[in-house]
Amino acid sequence: MPDAGDGALLAVHGLHAWYGESHILHGVDMEVRAGEVVTLLGRNGAGKTTTLKSVMGMVARREGSVRFAGAETIRLHSDQVARLGLAICPEERGIFASLDVEENLLLPPKVRDGGLTTAQIFELFPNLRERLASQGTKLSGGEQQMLAIGRILRTGARLLLLDEPTEGLAPVIVQQIGRTLARLKQEGFTILLVEQNFRFAQTVADRHYVMEHGRVVDLIPNSGLEAAMPKLHAYLGV
Amino acid sequence: MTEIFGVPTQALFGQLLIGLINGSFYALLSLGLAVIFGLLNIINFTHGAQYMMGAFAAWFLLAKLGLGYWWALALAPVAVGVTGVIVERLMLARLYKLDHLYGLLLTFGLALVIQGLFRHEFGSSGLPYAIPKALEGGTNLGFMYLPNYRAWVIFASLVVCLGTWFVIEKTRLGAYLRAATENPELVRAFGINVPRMITLTYGFGVGLAALAGVMAAPIYTVSPQMGADLIIVVFAVVVIGGMGSIMGSIVTGFALGLIEGLTKVFYPEASNTVIFIIMAIVLMIRPAGLFGAAR
Ligand SMILES: Nc1ncnc2c1ncn2[C@@H]1O[C@H](COP(=O)(O)OP(=O)(O)O)[C@@H](O)[C@H]1O
Ligand SMILES: [Mg+2]
Repeated sequence: MPDAGDGALLAVHGLHAWYGESHILHGVDMEVRAGEVVTLLGRNGAGKTTTLKSVMGMVARREGSVRFAGAETIRLHSDQVARLGLAICPEERGIFASLDVEENLLLPPKVRDGGLTTAQIFELFPNLRERLASQGTKLSGGEQQMLAIGRILRTGARLLLLDEPTEGLAPVIVQQIGRTLARLKQEGFTILLVEQNFRFAQTVADRHYVMEHGRVVDLIPNSGLEAAMPKLHAYLGV
Repeated sequence: MTEIFGVPTQALFGQLLIGLINGSFYALLSLGLAVIFGLLNIINFTHGAQYMMGAFAAWFLLAKLGLGYWWALALAPVAVGVTGVIVERLMLARLYKLDHLYGLLLTFGLALVIQGLFRHEFGSSGLPYAIPKALEGGTNLGFMYLPNYRAWVIFASLVVCLGTWFVIEKTRLGAYLRAATENPELVRAFGINVPRMITLTYGFGVGLAALAGVMAAPIYTVSPQMGADLIIVVFAVVVIGGMGSIMGSIVTGFALGLIEGLTKVFYPEASNTVIFIIMAIVLMIRPAGLFGAAR
C-alpha cells in the first residue's frame, strides 16, 4: 500500500468535529505509519471516540484533513472511507441482536484482498466457532468483543480503529486480546487503538498520543512510557 | 344440507374463502408497511394510494397498451416502485432526522393528493378489469366451489409473503437489512451504501403494494378510493401484529382475514368492527403488538 508523502498511512491534521452545535474536536493532529500500533490515551470525554469516528467518516460535520494512504477523505461518507481499507470496532461493540454470530461475522463486505480467512479468525478466537448459530447478543462480553474484532479482519482493511477493546473484560480475556493485537501487528495490520488502560497499551503499542479537550496534547514513544508515568497520571487523573 | 353450529357448511366455507382472500391482501400490504417501517422508521400512509396505483397501472396497461394481466403483474410493481424511489429521494430522505410525525404527515398528504388526482382523471365510479383467461372458472371441491382466480390470489400472496420473509431472515441481503434497521451508521461504516439500500427498500415496499393492487383489480373494482378503504383495516392489522415484524404481519394479515370471515357467519353485525375490537384489546394487553418488540 502506498504511503502518504510524509510516510504516514494515516495523517490527521487540524481535525475539527461537531455533534450538532457542540464543537468536540479542536484541531487534532496525529499520524500513524503503516504497520504501527498507536494508542490514543485520555480521560473520558477527551474526544478519543469522536476522533476514531471522524477518521472513519461517521461524524456528519468535520473539517480539516484526514489522509489515508495519500488520499484525502474528509469529504467522504463512511461507506466510501471503508472501501479505502479502514474498519472500525466501536466502543459499544455494535453486535447486531437480529443477526446470529455467523451473520455478524460475515456482515462487513470484503473491501480489498488480503483479509484473514474465517479459519484464521477461528484460530484467533476459537470460542466463536462454537457459537456460530447463537444470537449475536447472547454471547458473553468477551466473546462479543472477539466477534466485533474478528468481523473486521475478513474485509481486507489494513487500518483497524479499535475503541477500548478491553473495557470491562476479565484479565484473561484482556490478555487474549493483547496476544491477538500482537499477532495482527505481525500480520502487517496497522492499528489505532483507544485505551484507558495504559498498562495494557504499553504491552502492544509503539507510540501513544494523549488527548485532552478535543486536542492531542502529547506524544509518548512506548520506550519513554515509564519515564512519562508522572505526567500520564496527571493527564489521566489516576 | 350439512351444518356446523347451525350454519350451512357452504356458507361457512364461502365466508372463510372470502376471509382468506381479504387476508391475502392484508398480509401483502402490512408486509410492505412492516418492511418500510423497519428500515425507514416511517409509517407509509401512502401505501393505500400506491396499492390503488398498482390496480390502475394494470388497467392502463390493458386498456392503452394491450398488455394483459401477467404483464401487469410484472410491470406495474416496477413502475409504481419507481415512483416510490422518486418520492423517497425527493421527499422522505429529507425527513429521517426529524420526528416520526413529519413522515406520517407527508405520506398522508401525498395519499390525498394522489387519490385526488386519480379521482379528477378517472372519476370515482370505478373501472372494470376482467379475470385473466387462464384463471377463469373454478373447481368444485365437493364441500364448496373454489373460483380459480381466488385460489391463485391466495397462493400468489403466500408465495410472495414467504419469499420476502425468506430473503429478509435467511439471506445475506436480509442480514444487511436487519443490521441496518438496528444500527445504520455502523453498517454504513462497514462499506455498505445504506442510503441506497433505504431507497430500494422503500421502492420494494411500494412495489409490494402495487402488486397487491394488480391482484385486486379483477376482484374489486379499480377506483381511486379502493386503497383508502382497505388501508384503514391494514393499519389495524399492523398495530395488532406489531409494527416492523415481518412474520408477524404475514400471520396477522391472514389470521385477521379469517377471523373477519368467521364473524360474518356467526355474528354479521360485528364483521366490520371485529378487527378494531381486536386491535383495542391487543393494545391494552400488548401495546407493542402480538409479534412486536417495544422500540
Ligand atoms: N452523539 C453525541 N452527541 C453530542 N455530544 C457527544 C456525542 N458523543 C460524544 N459527545 C460528547 O463529545 C465529547 C467527547 O466524547 P468522546 O469522543 O466519546 O470521548 P472519549 O471517547 O474520549 O471518552 C464528550 O464531551 C461527549 O459528551
Ligand atoms: Mg470513548
